[in-house]
Amino acid sequence: MKKQDNEMYYASDIPVPETPGAGESPDPWGKTRIVGKPVSRVDGYERVSGTAVYPSDLVLPGMLYGAMVRCPYPNARVRRLDTQKAAAIPGVRAVISAADTKAGLKWAYGEDKTEEFFPEHCRYEGEAVGAVAAETPYLAREAAKAVMVDYEVLPFLVDETRALEQGVPQVHSGGNRVNRASYERGDVDRGFEAADVVLEETYATPCELHTPLELHGCVAAWDRDRLTIWESTQGVYAVQSRVARVLDLPLSKVRVIGHYLGGGFGSKLQAGKYTVAAALLARRTGRPVKFFLSREETYLAVGNRPSNHMRLKAGVKKDGTLTALEFSALGSGGAFPSGGTALVDWLVRDLYTCPNVRTETDDVYIHAGPARPFRAPGHPQGAWALEQMLDALAGRIQMDPVALRLKNVPDHSQAREGNPPYTSRGLEACLRQGAEDFEWEKRRKEIEAQPQKGHLRRGVGMGSSLWFVGGGGPPSTIVIKLFADGSVNLNMGASDIGTGTKTVMALVAAEELGVRPDVIQIEHADTGTTQYATPSGGSKTVPTEAPAVRDAALQVKRKLLAMAAEEMGVDPEDLRVHGQGRISTRDGSREIRVTDVKGLKDRGVLMGVGHRGPNPENKVVNPFAAQFCEVEVNLKSGEVRLIRFLGAHESGRVMSRLTYDNQVYGGIVMGVGFAMTEFRVLDRKETGKLVNKNWHDYKLPTALDAPLETVSSPVEMPDEDANTTGAKGLGEPVTIPTAAAIANAVYHATGIRVTEAPINPARLSELLTRGRKEA
Amino acid sequence: MNKRNDDQDGSTKGFTRRGFLLTMGTGAITAAATTALPHARASEKKGVGPGEMVSLTLSVNGHRHRLLAEPRWSLLFVLRERLGLTGAKIGCERGECGACTVLVDGEPRYACMTLALEAEGTEVTTVEGLMEGEALGPVQEAFLENDAFQCGYCTPGQVTAAEGLLRDNTDPTPEEIRVGMSGNLCRCGAYANIFKAVKQAAGKR
Repeated sequence: MKKQDNEMYYASDIPVPETPGAGESPDPWGKTRIVGKPVSRVDGYERVSGTAVYPSDLVLPGMLYGAMVRCPYPNARVRRLDTQKAAAIPGVRAVISAADTKAGLKWAYGEDKTEEFFPEHCRYEGEAVGAVAAETPYLAREAAKAVMVDYEVLPFLVDETRALEQGVPQVHSGGNRVNRASYERGDVDRGFEAADVVLEETYATPCELHTPLELHGCVAAWDRDRLTIWESTQGVYAVQSRVARVLDLPLSKVRVIGHYLGGGFGSKLQAGKYTVAAALLARRTGRPVKFFLSREETYLAVGNRPSNHMRLKAGVKKDGTLTALEFSALGSGGAFPSGGTALVDWLVRDLYTCPNVRTETDDVYIHAGPARPFRAPGHPQGAWALEQMLDALAGRIQMDPVALRLKNVPDHSQAREGNPPYTSRGLEACLRQGAEDFEWEKRRKEIEAQPQKGHLRRGVGMGSSLWFVGGGGPPSTIVIKLFADGSVNLNMGASDIGTGTKTVMALVAAEELGVRPDVIQIEHADTGTTQYATPSGGSKTVPTEAPAVRDAALQVKRKLLAMAAEEMGVDPEDLRVHGQGRISTRDGSREIRVTDVKGLKDRGVLMGVGHRGPNPENKVVNPFAAQFCEVEVNLKSGEVRLIRFLGAHESGRVMSRLTYDNQVYGGIVMGVGFAMTEFRVLDRKETGKLVNKNWHDYKLPTALDAPLETVSSPVEMPDEDANTTGAKGLGEPVTIPTAAAIANAVYHATGIRVTEAPINPARLSELLTRGRKEA
Repeated sequence: MNKRNDDQDGSTKGFTRRGFLLTMGTGAITAAATTALPHARASEKKGVGPGEMVSLTLSVNGHRHRLLAEPRWSLLFVLRERLGLTGAKIGCERGECGACTVLVDGEPRYACMTLALEAEGTEVTTVEGLMEGEALGPVQEAFLENDAFQCGYCTPGQVTAAEGLLRDNTDPTPEEIRVGMSGNLCRCGAYANIFKAVKQAAGKR
């Protein structure tokens, strides 16, 4: 090999980690050489240059554009639907409705509820009743409007707090309760008796909408009975299985490709009705169909984080020992079962040591679009209540909020059967490191010592959390191919939803093989050509896929060593891979280049297949977090400025420093939206319709709303129990405690506790005025 | 929003979103585009109905394109679906997110709020036009180095907005960067790194 090839292909440092024998697990990495370093993304060029082809960018020859016909009422029956006028518009190529799909086309919500694909009874505004395909998106939308639908408009219920009252409209026959779940441990009543201070408070968080920048949708094309779908999705295999089930096709006839997507946050874990509609229209017309929703439609029909109404009662001793927690919550995932209260009580059950806990949740139906998982389902809502309560308790017993939490750090999961231990003490580490890096105590004292003059008030606040999963797990299969020249191809089914999955996997392969990350070609997220993977969600992609990548790289090295040993006439155990493309005997007496291994030259490629091993038995792998912030409140206007934020996160090993920090920044910004700017408004009185279905009226945090300064302070604790790379998930924990930390800082600044989110100028002004009157 | 609003002078140049709204009110865009536009070519085409095409010449990234377009087609639609320039993205089609930001005569504009007809006689630059062959431009390079994106979907718009900002203000303060970038939403929340990237790009210019 020429010298420049060495430089081109291989990282300069050697050696690479040892190659364990067949059937042996690799040792945990010690200090890594490539993993964890701040390396630019392997697909960054495509993303900044504009050459990345997102599904919505695709233009195929002869392609038509689809649009949905949607019910404009929260509760209505379709009396009559007339497609004639729409179909007559020049350039309109297909109009479909229930009349075309009656032959058993169904749409399932969870395991319990299955509906007609285009239902006669529409239970939420935006339900699909038909679809069209036309030569341009302009014509398609015109045609969708021209479909004449005669509706019987029915009474609606969009106020979840009234769902269980007598006499309100029923979303489904059988009442508006989806389920009631309860949990109990210890003796809560005795726990409260043992407390020195008992506080009780109600909290509320509004419905939040995902609104990723790329709209939901796909391009669908048939070749006779073979369907190809380019979908904006977090999981191509999940889309494939649903489409195959709905259309009754073999999996092998449905190929789903999703190389890029413009954000999902949980709302693109599954196929949508738009996916199936695109396929139906494409089949009907014999032409590819591009079917992307409008922004307004994404507010109505593709998921949300349910609103929650919570009550929390907590008891604490003067020394900070929590004695009892009692929590109840009501929530609605809309018109179909979709987790209206899912996991909202988890932090109350599991975050802090407390022997006596009781929770009860009521999930109810309302006439609104079904929820979908939204970044850490249930957790930010629960944290909003629990973390504000901890802050209030600390105030009452005159204890530092960080100290109160440190007093109650559990080393095992109390809410799980058998109380299995956590694999790390990450919570304590996050609290300590975060407080130190933020200069928490010092800054708190400084602010409290300042004279209260003028209309600007500073305050600091914090919150902590865990994420109830985040360890990942099987299944995952990865294929790594070593080309004859020593460069590498990595094949995985997982999507990179913007978290840096591809980059992390390239770093893992580079670490094991000694090649440079940028000479690793990655093919991914294609059911036709890449390996099975579960959707990228739940903060599980890195801890799921990275160990499988490491395993695949080991398989490559083992095969290479076996071939080399045979050719050299030595025992494979006596050989090792060096990195920089060399294989040598352990005593260093004999050495060959990887590219000189005859087996590799003859085959042209050498393939390693890696799998994700099992998770540790009887242990819980969770990421932990603590966030700290400083705010400035304008007492006149009710405005809150975020002066600085610090995220201290324990997610095992830091796999890629740039993307790690970016997740922390981004999770905080999303938490800022949850705390301060975002809330869905349903017109409860007159129409039941969603009134703020655009980004003017439903405000996302902009560049001006992001904290003035954000610091990521990684709490790096490679988790040897978790998996062979020591990594845990990060994407969700970063947004869990944010909103509560802001609320606590606002309280510190003003003495006003905002228990109902969002903390916007309107609400805070009202509370400030009320506070002044009471004073 | 950071988009600069030129005074409406009736010329074919620098047609702005605000000016557009002032002129159009809430009328049907098709009718507006064919009758009320202070635009020589459009007014010549009085009476063009929906679905009918007018011929149009656009100058994009230094290349002239002659095409037939419906008067109601947005510049964004024409760039993406007719000229194959998919760098500018669709996010809202109503001037809220900035994913479609392009430069019109050097200034950032929302291509979703600009009719293709309005762009005639102007020089349109998309993110593709900031490249030199396969080489990234300085703003793109800074975005890459600072990991100033996550999913990457808003990124071409952010890059183009930053380019427009830096052409206008070669040495922006942190506050000017925040204001300058506030017309572009990033749902992934990569703002902290976007600010770093813009600052670095300013230093390199």
